[in-house]
Amino acid sequence: MELLAFGKTGWGDELFYATLMTVAVSITAMLVGFFFALIFTPLKLSKYKTLNLVGNFYTTVIRGVPELLVIYLFFFGGSGAIMYVASIFGYYEYIEINAFITGSMAIGIISGAYSTEVFRGAIQSIDKGQFEAAKVLGINKFGQFYKIILPQMLRLAIPNLSNVWQITLKDTSLISVTGLVEIMRQSYIAAGSTRDPLFFYSFAAVLYLLLTYVSMKLINKLEVRYSRGY
Amino acid sequence: MDFDLMITSFPKLLGATVVTLKLLSASLFFGLFLGLFFAILRLNKNIFINKFAYGYSYIFRGTPLLVQIFIIYFGLGQIEYLRTTFLWVILKEPYWCAIIAFTLNTGAYTSEILRSAFQTIKPGIIEAGKSLGISNKIIFYKIQIPIAIRQSLPAYGNEIILMMKGTSLASTVTLMDLTGVAKYIISTTFKPIEVFVVAGGIYLFMTFIIHNVIKYLEKKYSFQQ
Repeated sequence: MELLAFGKTGWGDELFYATLMTVAVSITAMLVGFFFALIFTPLKLSKYKTLNLVGNFYTTVIRGVPELLVIYLFFFGGSGAIMYVASIFGYYEYIEINAFITGSMAIGIISGAYSTEVFRGAIQSIDKGQFEAAKVLGINKFGQFYKIILPQMLRLAIPNLSNVWQITLKDTSLISVTGLVEIMRQSYIAAGSTRDPLFFYSFAAVLYLLLTYVSMKLINKLEVRYSRGY
Repeated sequence: MDFDLMITSFPKLLGATVVTLKLLSASLFFGLFLGLFFAILRLNKNIFINKFAYGYSYIFRGTPLLVQIFIIYFGLGQIEYLRTTFLWVILKEPYWCAIIAFTLNTGAYTSEILRSAFQTIKPGIIEAGKSLGISNKIIFYKIQIPIAIRQSLPAYGNEIILMMKGTSLASTVTLMDLTGVAKYIISTTFKPIEVFVVAGGIYLFMTFIIHNVIKYLEKKYSFQQ
């Protein structure tokens, strides 16, 4: 138990901050994912074939390629890409991107592909009458989407989004390969310096189980809240 | 774009794909049996057996695959007792550790898929079997299992694709699978995009094949013929 003590003697505080880091990366990645989903969902539902193709390309490629490979692409290619863009604007110094940003962007793009599919499914399962009724009432396109479709879609999407959240949370463990100190990386460091990998990796598993358990409870509450009136 | 690099790295990556496919097929093979075993336990009325099977699937579905591999590869070697048994022959090899971790992981997901497939079988079908005087054992093997397999095909297809992506984690325990070789080429040439295109293309091709095979099987075993 002294291995988990807080302060200089144990790894308790380090692992606590690492857990916060995992949560922070997961939330950022989820939000980045929503951003991508809001762009690509309309593309997938568009009546234009070319736009469909772009949307399908995104979700197919990301969901068909291992997460680790995407992370390596961002990890090795991220600063190169930023430096290339900067060189267009006449900035030639070396730019290093922070592991947090690289990691949450990589996981965010992956999580976005799953969110896109969830949103698409949810919008498609909304009754057509709702779109027509909104139109008949003379509500403009913006209002139709934000006031009529989005609230109904969210209710339908929450159970599946909770799956996306679980996937995202577990995927953040892969960012440890880039050196960001989250649960996995911290356990790796602790396991290396105490020569007790069994204990620390098992403890990491417990931390992940705790995170998934707590988030399930919170999402269930959210689900009940959004299902009022049904 | 460095096309020369793409061409020269293609055979290397293709060679590594063999390792990926070996890992995938071994873990799916063992995982299917493990999944079926735990799905049957889940349907058991005994609460302890039931809870045990639920606990197994909850733990393996609630933690990242990376943690599971690390516990098995780095963690189990720490137990002195294990080092003296014959298990050590298996556990000191990263290849077998990866297969054990993947099997346990896919077994957990498969057990959930099969359980829900068993539960969606209409009671009328089993009753029909009973009224025809077929024994419980035959009903299970000849009626329930084939229907459950058909029901679970789409979900199991997804699981195969997820597992194929999961095998990329074998590269974290020193195995040179497709992702491992891709990472090696990236870190020696610093050309991530080219390598990503080639390696990603191979993965997408495998996804495409799996997807279509499952679609074909779904059609073949569909009820309306």
